[in-house]
Amino acid sequence: MSDNSRFMNRSELIGLAVLAALLVVVLPLTLDVFRLNLVAKYLTYSFVAIGLVLCWGYGGILSLGQGVFFGLGGYCMAMFLKLEASSAANTKIQSTPGIPDFMDWNQITALPFFWQPFHSLAFTIVAVFVAPAVFAFVIGAAMFKRRVGGVYFAIITQAIAAILTILIVGQQGYTGGINGITDLRTLKGWDIRTDHAKFVLYFVEVGCLFVCILAAQFIRHSKLGRILVAMRDKEDRVRFSGYSVANFKIFAFCAAAVFAAIGGAMFTLEVGFMSPSFVGIVPSIEMVIYTAVGGRLSILGAIYGALIVNAAKTSFSESFPQLWLLGLGALFIGIVLAFPNGLAGIWRDHVQARIDRLSRSGKPKPGAGGLGVVDNIAAE
Amino acid sequence: MIIGSQPKDFLLAVEALTVSFDGFKAVNDLSFYVDENEIRVIIGPNGAGKTTVLDLICGKTKATSGSIRFRGKELTKLTENQIVQAGVGRKFQNPSIYEDLTVFENLEISYPRGRTVFGALTFRRDAAVKERVQEVAEMVFLADKLAMTADLLSHGQKQWLEIGMLLIQDPDLLMLDEPVAGMSVSERVKTAELLNRIIKGRSVLVIEHDMKFVEDIAHRVTVVHQGQVLAEGSMNAVKTNPKVVEVYLGH
Repeated sequence: MSDNSRFMNRSELIGLAVLAALLVVVLPLTLDVFRLNLVAKYLTYSFVAIGLVLCWGYGGILSLGQGVFFGLGGYCMAMFLKLEASSAANTKIQSTPGIPDFMDWNQITALPFFWQPFHSLAFTIVAVFVAPAVFAFVIGAAMFKRRVGGVYFAIITQAIAAILTILIVGQQGYTGGINGITDLRTLKGWDIRTDHAKFVLYFVEVGCLFVCILAAQFIRHSKLGRILVAMRDKEDRVRFSGYSVANFKIFAFCAAAVFAAIGGAMFTLEVGFMSPSFVGIVPSIEMVIYTAVGGRLSILGAIYGALIVNAAKTSFSESFPQLWLLGLGALFIGIVLAFPNGLAGIWRDHVQARIDRLSRSGKPKPGAGGLGVVDNIAAE
Repeated sequence: MIIGSQPKDFLLAVEALTVSFDGFKAVNDLSFYVDENEIRVIIGPNGAGKTTVLDLICGKTKATSGSIRFRGKELTKLTENQIVQAGVGRKFQNPSIYEDLTVFENLEISYPRGRTVFGALTFRRDAAVKERVQEVAEMVFLADKLAMTADLLSHGQKQWLEIGMLLIQDPDLLMLDEPVAGMSVSERVKTAELLNRIIKGRSVLVIEHDMKFVEDIAHRVTVVHQGQVLAEGSMNAVKTNPKVVEVYLGH
């Protein structure tokens, strides 16, 4: 009965342990640093996917603009790293030493005011969380208080992704333009480009990922998680149960934004640069596809979705660059039509169900059949 | 049964309420008053504006003009959730429940605590919640269905669940839109019994077509026709009113 309110049930715990074993033990032992770094890059998208599970899967709020928040997190981190890489000693050949190289190329002679605070790592880390949360809050408040939802909201988030990309590309002197912020070197004097650094950063990222999984799990299993589900299906009824639907939607959207931004910040650290190509419409839609493929109702499923689709993207786009996008689109349509709950749904309905049946046939419980099914649905 | 009272004694005072949809006045200059602990039934032909009146009171539809005062509070300026928090509960015509959640969770969400974002995050399913859910579930004949997902319930059980969800909110004014519509005969009997039990200690506003049921429960009846009050009074007085017979009961 109260299965759904428990923080984690047995199968979720096993799933988490399997993921931990895979990420912490199996992959680092079997992959070289180059491949491990690729996995780290894919994993940054799984942060976004976790947010989308809450916001889209549970809350029914489809955001086609998660790239915006991924980018905000990534750019905050990139600005800090860029300032550290642009010390007066490193940039003494520039006409204005001490500012990032792309500013110098664009005839900017002083560091813009909004870059100043990014000298501080503490400020940067706070900004990674606060900037996307505030931006999501503003968008959410403007939309949800006016009861803009569904497909209109999706289109607006998409437009915001396009606008932000255009803004970044256009304001080349302040943002690095289409190339983004590149040539990032050290974090507090620690060179992030070495194999050792990449190895360490991978584990830092996995640690962050698990904190995010637990946070998302906490939200999902709180009453707020159940209100999100209720809202997805009967928004009006939730109002008449005495809840402000707009506030709950804003919360879900902000939470998803923060998760995406953490992923973005990790991306910058792992990959060593940030550019508008991770902000715009195409990456934002790809993020939704990862989530759909993995299963939009399953946090763990979405993480696997992000890993698998990105791994497939790397191998297929190298061999068939023209076919890849078509393939991705076909995959998305196929998943939505045939398996609306993605890989997690396939696992639950076909694999998990069989395991349950096997373990149950050993010790039959009276009436367990019917209730077990209900429990499974509720647990999902 | 009718007690003459000052305006401030009314639980609900609807005055000169008008709503216009593209020029069509679904509710036109409508006024009525509901006392504490009164059971008022609204009857009238289809399209008379009965459901719209409930929509206006609970905030689902915004009034074009007029006022709705509940315990002296102007409801037309509040949002739906604020109206609920003020103590007005509404049951919809079609069972409106959360089908993906279990019966227990449906009732728990309606439990009047932790209604803010932070409150919902930190809400704990403690003994008081469990007890109250159990108590209400027993009242609405669903005590053995608590773990069931709500979409597996029968139509009648869904109606009861929604009544239970209202009950757990403990509203001062309960609004029911055709509570026995679409129910089997045995469900109907049980529901009438259930309603008779839960209307004690609160005011109730009911829309119903089942005249037998109306006679059973109504203290006073308001007949609405073309968005206006046609007649008001006891069931017997209304039944013999020639205007009412002509537009409604006669057919």
